[in-house]
Amino acid sequence: MASLKRTLSDLKIFSRGYLRNKIGLFFSLVFPIILILLFGSIFSGSSGPIQVYVQNQDSPSPSPSGGFVTALNSTNVVRTVLVDNSTNFSQYLLSHSATAGVLIPKGFSASYILKKPVNVTIYTNPADTSSGIVVATVNEVVNAFNLNRTGSTPVIGTQCLPIASQSYKYIDFLVPGLIGFTVLTSPMFSLVNISSEYKKTKLFKQLSLTPLTKGEWLTSKIIWYTLLSIISYLLMTFVGITLFGAHVGITPLVLPFLVIGPLFFVSLGMLVGTLTKSVESAAVVGNLITFPMMFLSGTFFPVNTMPQYLQNVAHVLPLFYVIDGLNQVMIFNNTSQMLYDAAIVLAGAIIVFVLAVGLFKWRED
Amino acid sequence: MSAIEVSALQKSYGQLRAVDEISFSVNQGEVFSLLGPNGAGKTTTIEILEGIRQRDGGNVRVLGVDPWTSGYALHKKLGIIPQGFTFFPKAKPKEAIQYYADLFGVTVDSSEILRKVVLDDAVNTYFEDLSGGQKQKVGLALSLVNNPEMLFLDEPTTGLDPQARRAVWEVIRELKKEGRSIMLTTHYLEEAEVLADRVAIMNKGKIAAIGTPAEIIAQHGSGERLEFRGDQKLADYLREHTNLDVGLDGNNLVRVRIGEKHDILVALESMERSGLDWADLKTRKDSLEDVFIKLVGFAIEEGGGIKQIGNSGRGA
Ligand SMILES: Nc1ncnc2c1ncn2[C@@H]1O[C@H](COP(=O)(O)OP(=O)(O)O)[C@@H](O)[C@H]1O
Ligand SMILES: [Mg+2]
Repeated sequence: MASLKRTLSDLKIFSRGYLRNKIGLFFSLVFPIILILLFGSIFSGSSGPIQVYVQNQDSPSPSPSGGFVTALNSTNVVRTVLVDNSTNFSQYLLSHSATAGVLIPKGFSASYILKKPVNVTIYTNPADTSSGIVVATVNEVVNAFNLNRTGSTPVIGTQCLPIASQSYKYIDFLVPGLIGFTVLTSPMFSLVNISSEYKKTKLFKQLSLTPLTKGEWLTSKIIWYTLLSIISYLLMTFVGITLFGAHVGITPLVLPFLVIGPLFFVSLGMLVGTLTKSVESAAVVGNLITFPMMFLSGTFFPVNTMPQYLQNVAHVLPLFYVIDGLNQVMIFNNTSQMLYDAAIVLAGAIIVFVLAVGLFKWRED
Repeated sequence: MSAIEVSALQKSYGQLRAVDEISFSVNQGEVFSLLGPNGAGKTTTIEILEGIRQRDGGNVRVLGVDPWTSGYALHKKLGIIPQGFTFFPKAKPKEAIQYYADLFGVTVDSSEILRKVVLDDAVNTYFEDLSGGQKQKVGLALSLVNNPEMLFLDEPTTGLDPQARRAVWEVIRELKKEGRSIMLTTHYLEEAEVLADRVAIMNKGKIAAIGTPAEIIAQHGSGERLEFRGDQKLADYLREHTNLDVGLDGNNLVRVRIGEKHDILVALESMERSGLDWADLKTRKDSLEDVFIKLVGFAIEEGGGIKQIGNSGRGA
């Protein structure tokens, strides 16, 4: 009872100080909103059809070559932009930094009607991730034209079904990702700094002279960063849904991650501050841990879009399980996977918490 | 029972013997000061007494218990301001007091405490915006929250301007009047002289002298002397014609030790008879500072560092 009172009293003075400190508030609440606005607008535009420049040197529609262009557009995968016949096509592509282009040669329609072989030329930038999609799409249309011309019917067809009842957009992953960002960075940056700074200024020694215990002190920080994570969750979800139409769920099932996450990173920050000798070296070590984790755990983009070896790295990062867990409950509604993620972070958090409380010294010997 | 008992206390950091077998005791209700330059071992000693540093050897009792093993219980009876006291930058003095009251599980009238430490003018200022003297007063206020029997103040006025320093002294005097035992460390001689009932002069981990300022001066000082401007000739004349102990320093200052009152007459008579010139006659006694310099071989600068003394030789 007395212990709870001390914890809450420490929470009160700490949260007051936190709220009075504009910089801390900016980085924990305002900055993630700026990020969601920024990444949300940049990437929501690019999810449409891929732009492909087309130079049709053949006679325009109505003709097979005109039909070919129409067919390309109707795939909805690419969107064609016609380039004037008088220009040098490859020069044009270069000067427009185009990622893809299709050249339909003169005599295309005549050859098609006479069933004489004719080639369309696909220009791609192999370095661009969309080039494979463009090549496949054009080939698809070419196949359809060929089948049509020879009068045969396709034997094997394909049918495409989405995995869930809806398709996911980038913003759907961005919202949980940026909640994870706050869950990680707010306590880490703050605790690394506080724990090394308090050591230097002897504030810890001072607190050790009161009945406050280090466990109580640490608990009050965990409570505070849990509250902050919940606020961040509400804010990010609100902005994501209202401004970008994100399909993310509002559910109490996120709570385990908003509690265990701060438990983990408050303790980790504390541990870094405890094990380093100066405020400066604490900051360096803290950054070495925080930044890679921030980029590799699915904060800004889903982990499964990363190369395999980076995915392997992600799977040992605690934040990965926090964000994956948030994804499971907010996007996929997959409770069993969420429980698995929660169990992993919880196990890690308990280890780090015990280490932090054990190694962190109020007083010296 | 003494408030503090220390015997053969010892603490080393690697090769450095920061506290080297010191012994002393502090009586209840007494203000006791550890006086010494930076690095003397004052903070190490006081932190061991506070129970936040472990000793290597010797015995320590604070209010009857071992502070290292019984720290948690002991701290409820102690008020402590560590050296270079700081607090949460965005907390106001009143909130700080309330925080400590909650931690100690006591009810306090924060306005009364603030009045006591003369901080009622800064109740609503963030700690980071307070002046050095005000910050130190917040420390004093916090150390009073649990109504402690004993206070530990480690360099409570270091870095303050003389006016702020006097204001803090006033508060400490008031606390002494309330019957609390106070142990304070300082590198300001004046502070020790003004506040302390008893002083221990500490240097290089050892105690060079201990007692009331008067006792220390009596024990280690050179007693009363006559001083005046004169030259080698006059000094030689006095040595030749009297049995007095006569000294002369590079600044043509002649010193004559006064063993008994009669020596003054003998000296004056002899000076008159010599027909030589002299001026600026006065009698002088060793101050605590003179004794300090004599004992440790240097004076302390404002910042607490060591000021080497040339051979102007202030002691006779
Ligand atoms: N934690 C420590 N580790 C190593 N050396 C220390 C430590 N604390 C103090 N010292 C050294 O011990 C000596 C005494 O220090 P201290 O007790 O702080 O003296 P004072 O308070 O009189 O200035 C100094 O030489 C100081 O550098
Ligand atoms: Mg000191």
